[in-house]
Order: sequence, then structure tokens, then C-alpha cells
Amino acid sequence: METEVSQTIFYLLSFIIIISAIYVVTLKNIFHSALFLILTLFAVAGIYVMLHAEFLAAVQVLIYVGAVSVLIIFAIMLTTQLTSRQIKQSNEQVTLGIFVCAGFLLVSLGSLSKTVWRIVDRPLPENNPLAMGKMLMNEYVLPFEVVSIVLLAALIGAIVLARKEGA
Amino acid sequence: MMLQYLALAAILFAIGVFGVLTRRNAVGILMSLELMFNAANINLVTFNKYIGPDNLTGQIFATFIIAVAAAEAVVGLAIVLLLYRNWRGIDVDRINIMKW
Repeated sequence: METEVSQTIFYLLSFIIIISAIYVVTLKNIFHSALFLILTLFAVAGIYVMLHAEFLAAVQVLIYVGAVSVLIIFAIMLTTQLTSRQIKQSNEQVTLGIFVCAGFLLVSLGSLSKTVWRIVDRPLPENNPLAMGKMLMNEYVLPFEVVSIVLLAALIGAIVLARKEGA
Repeated sequence: MMLQYLALAAILFAIGVFGVLTRRNAVGILMSLELMFNAANINLVTFNKYIGPDNLTGQIFATFIIAVAAAEAVVGLAIVLLLYRNWRGIDVDRINIMKW
């Protein structure tokens, strides 16, 4: 049941997401855009809650807001001289990029509004994390294991790449 | 209501594409990639709720995407650190040794 309140919350969250995402891609100071990235990811977690994906919202807050953004901030602090002069952060493709994005947006929004969706009006299964865990261990056990191998490979790869030569 | 969610995801993805096309800083490009991953996740969860609510396939795939995005961020940032160590800078338009 969609009420007025949830509509209002949705528009508030999308406003936050869009404004802060624009800041992420346009701000000159890369550290500030990392902070706005955290705000965007947090608002996306709110969108998940509105879509009744509470477990996914928790995962988003833990992994994205907790881990990935800290990693990005570490990388910024290790690589960029934040106190130095304001370096130009965008290349000469800004006009072209705006055209490409506007074209993509026009095509996708147009096809969205033209498509006839077969909306099924049933609630999601109760006890969300329990159902997800059961599916992960039954039908999706192979992708689950593959993802764990991918994570292990990324871990080893990052260590091998980032260590000092000869150490 | 479904169309609003999909439109939000499309706008977020377009902003991410703009960032990938125009950022010079490699970390900035990775951040724009994260925006695009999130747009894809919003799409998956929306379709899960409105098109196929009988099971949670969309949410499970969104979890997989989050895991793969974390792995991608780790490897990408390690490469960025390596570039910084060898070049003293991470502007991607200066990194052109594979061009000849």
C-alpha cells in the first residue's frame, strides 16, 4: 500500500541521491566528493528499505558505507596532495559527456514509459533474510561459492599488487 | 510507483557515466563506477518487488553485485596505489605507456 508519506520519503531520498551524486562527479576537491559518495550510498540504503529489502539495506550500510568508502578515502589520502593547489579534475570531454548522458537518459526514460509492465501485486516473502539464506544455500550455492573465490582472488591480487618490490 | 524507482536508477546511472567520461583522477573514476553499480542494484531490487515478488532472486543478485563491486574496488585501488608509486600522479590522461 503506497501512502502519501512513503511518496514523500521517496522523493526526499531521490533528491538527496541525485544532488549528492552530481556533487560526486563534479566537485573539484576529490575528498569532498568521497564524502558525498557516502551520503549517496546511505540514501540508496534508504531506497532499499522502502522496497522491502531490509537485509540488503543492512548489507549496503555495512559494506559500502563502512568498508568501500573507507578504502576510497584511504586511497585518496595516500595518493593525492589534498593541500596543494586546486588541480583541474575534469578533462576536455565535459560537453561531449553531457551530450552522451542526456542521450542515454532520453532513450532509457522513453523506453521505460513506453514499455507495458506486468506488475504483480503480491507482497514479498515474509522473513526476508531467512528466505534469502535458504535460497543462497539451495539454488544459488554455485554462484555463492564462485563469489567467495572471486573475493579471495581479489584479496591476494591486491596484496601482490600493492606490496613494495623485493619486500 | 515502479516507474519512479526505475527513473531514479536511470538518472543515477547517467550521472555515473558522466563521471567516468569526464574525471581525470583514477579514484574519481572508481567512485563514479560505484554510482553505476548502485543504479543497477536499485533496478534489480525494484523488479524483484514489482515484477517477481514470489521469491527473492533480484535481492540475491544484488548481494552478488555488492560482493563483486567490493572486490573490484579493492583491486582497482591497489592498481591506483601502484600507479602513484611509479608515476607520482594518478591522472589517467597522463598514463599512456600502452599507446605507441
